[in-house]
Amino acid sequence: MPENIIEKFEIKHLQILDEKGNADTAILPNLSDNDLKKLFELLILSRQFDQRALQLHAEGRLGTYASILGQEASQIGSAYALEKTDWVFPSFREMGVYITLGYPIWMLFQYWTGDERGMKTPDDLNIFPVSVPVGTHTPHAVGAAFAAKIKGHKTAALSYFGDGGSSKGDFHEGLNIAGVHKLPVVFICQNNQWAISLPREKQTASKTIAQKAYSYGFEGIQVDGNDIFAVYKATKDALEKAKAGGGPTLIECFTYRMSDHTTADDASRYRPKEDVETWKDKDPLLRLKLYMQKKGIWTQSYEDDVKKKATEFVDSEIKKEEAAGLPDSKDIINYTYKDLTQRQKKEIKEIA
Amino acid sequence: MARINMVQAINLALGQEMERDKDVVLIGEDVGKDGGVFRITEGLVEKFPDRIFDTPLAESGIVGTAIGMAAYGLKPVAEIQFMGFIYACVEQLLSHASRIRSRSRGRYSCPMVVRTPYGIGIKPPELHSESTEALFCHMPGIKVVVPSSPYNAKGLLVSAIRDPDPVVFLEPTRLYRLIKEEVPEAEYAIPLGKANVVQEGTDVTVLAWGSMLHRVLESIEGFDAEVIDLMCLSPYDEETILNSVKKTGRVVIVHEATRRCGFGAELSAFIAEEAMLHLKSPVVRVAGLDAVIPMARLEDYYAPSKERIIKALNKVMEY
Repeated sequence: MPENIIEKFEIKHLQILDEKGNADTAILPNLSDNDLKKLFELLILSRQFDQRALQLHAEGRLGTYASILGQEASQIGSAYALEKTDWVFPSFREMGVYITLGYPIWMLFQYWTGDERGMKTPDDLNIFPVSVPVGTHTPHAVGAAFAAKIKGHKTAALSYFGDGGSSKGDFHEGLNIAGVHKLPVVFICQNNQWAISLPREKQTASKTIAQKAYSYGFEGIQVDGNDIFAVYKATKDALEKAKAGGGPTLIECFTYRMSDHTTADDASRYRPKEDVETWKDKDPLLRLKLYMQKKGIWTQSYEDDVKKKATEFVDSEIKKEEAAGLPDSKDIINYTYKDLTQRQKKEIKEIA
Repeated sequence: MARINMVQAINLALGQEMERDKDVVLIGEDVGKDGGVFRITEGLVEKFPDRIFDTPLAESGIVGTAIGMAAYGLKPVAEIQFMGFIYACVEQLLSHASRIRSRSRGRYSCPMVVRTPYGIGIKPPELHSESTEALFCHMPGIKVVVPSSPYNAKGLLVSAIRDPDPVVFLEPTRLYRLIKEEVPEAEYAIPLGKANVVQEGTDVTVLAWGSMLHRVLESIEGFDAEVIDLMCLSPYDEETILNSVKKTGRVVIVHEATRRCGFGAELSAFIAEEAMLHLKSPVVRVAGLDAVIPMARLEDYYAPSKERIIKALNKVMEY
């Protein structure tokens, strides 16, 4: 009996906007000039937030923080494709996602000072709190998508994780369940090439992370993660497919962690400087700017104005956070269960 | 009212809650057509075909999925086939389910139940006889419930499903089909966190739960013992325990799990802290041996026997 090929797959890499700001108009997503400006402003705002967070950490005013530098297009491009009713399950390096969805920036600062109140998502948003455990939050998006399907809601769930997270068992279990039940969920892997000190090629022997989707019976695609158009288009298509009953999609955003893993890390111990240098040319903000310049909707004074506003806004949010004061020590106990236990009723008096 | 066993009582509670609340869904391995390995969900998929889901063999994925479902607004009841398989879910329970309310300062919660059979008595392969309830009692944010009869299994499961927080519901496999009793068809709920004084007595308080409650009841002849079925281990009913200890002055704690860091250690420490001066004897624990739970041929040597319980009762009485 001859051997027959019974399954084949191909992995696409999507890039729409190149490093010089040239776009492939044939596949350019439908984004108005207003959308382009919004995206540009979100990129600036997220970067300003990130830089201020690093400064505040250096001043001892913020705890350990995980910078998003270099990954803004992956975060803003994907989050911009979401509808308000969609559910988002971030990891710990998704401040650009929170900001794009309109999450109060002062609360993000509040969270990073070490204050859980910052993760009390406003009622009109469906974004989960930061998940510090790596990758094990992936099944939560699967569950939310399952619930949306059971309830007949036209809602999708979106899960963010990194190349490191894709090695976890729960990544496999989550994607596997999502594939079997054809759930409306989109998995976004921000492959930033580094899981603390472990380079991507030591994380998995797979050529891409996107191809892992095929072993779960659904489509995976790799996109240029520094190309905001490619990320937006892939996410929008995946969300539409999910809501139309087409099941899950895995999107690998091929990007780069320009900063240390967190403020507690020193990447110079394990990462050649030249690597970081070559990625500077691929900056997501730079190429959108070049594109907008060619389109005639970018001027230096426009950018200066956007930067000034972002700086002022972020500073005012920091002041707002400082004005919020310290949390109530009773809150340690108050949010364990809905109601206090016999023991907690005693303990809460002791800490008062 | 019909005389039914615990399997039927749990099945009845699940069916009635699914009837009452369309947000109650069941997920797990073989819970659909097969009715679960213990037939707990038998017949339910026929009644609720769109709300019972067989999942891939992925315990952590099952609990993780249930967390997402619960946060979204469903009331999932997940079945883990045996307690020995729940260890894969510790990350989901401890790092996520127990913390979601706190992590989000009340914006999100996790009203789900993880049901799993526990304990020895059915002669299965390794890791099918576990009794590691203390692991889950050490997780703030999780509730741990252990029924001991068909009647309280139904009422406790109803409360667990309606509870706003995650509940680990441990079903004693040995009791599944051992006892039949009158269980009302009508709806009732037994509150979580309240113990049941099964029998009043004046000389010694015996604390037990699940299958060990019955071994205790077989062992107390000749003793004026007050037997308390904890039913809910986390949170546990401190008040009922203290009232009893203050009355009797003697305590024997009986559990199947290994003694070291078993839940009896918590109870014993609590009693020492709160009622030392009422004690006429040191607290005595009768527990599983300080060893790996053996397979079927040796399991009777491992778990507390009637003889060991009687010996403990005599010890506290003669102290």
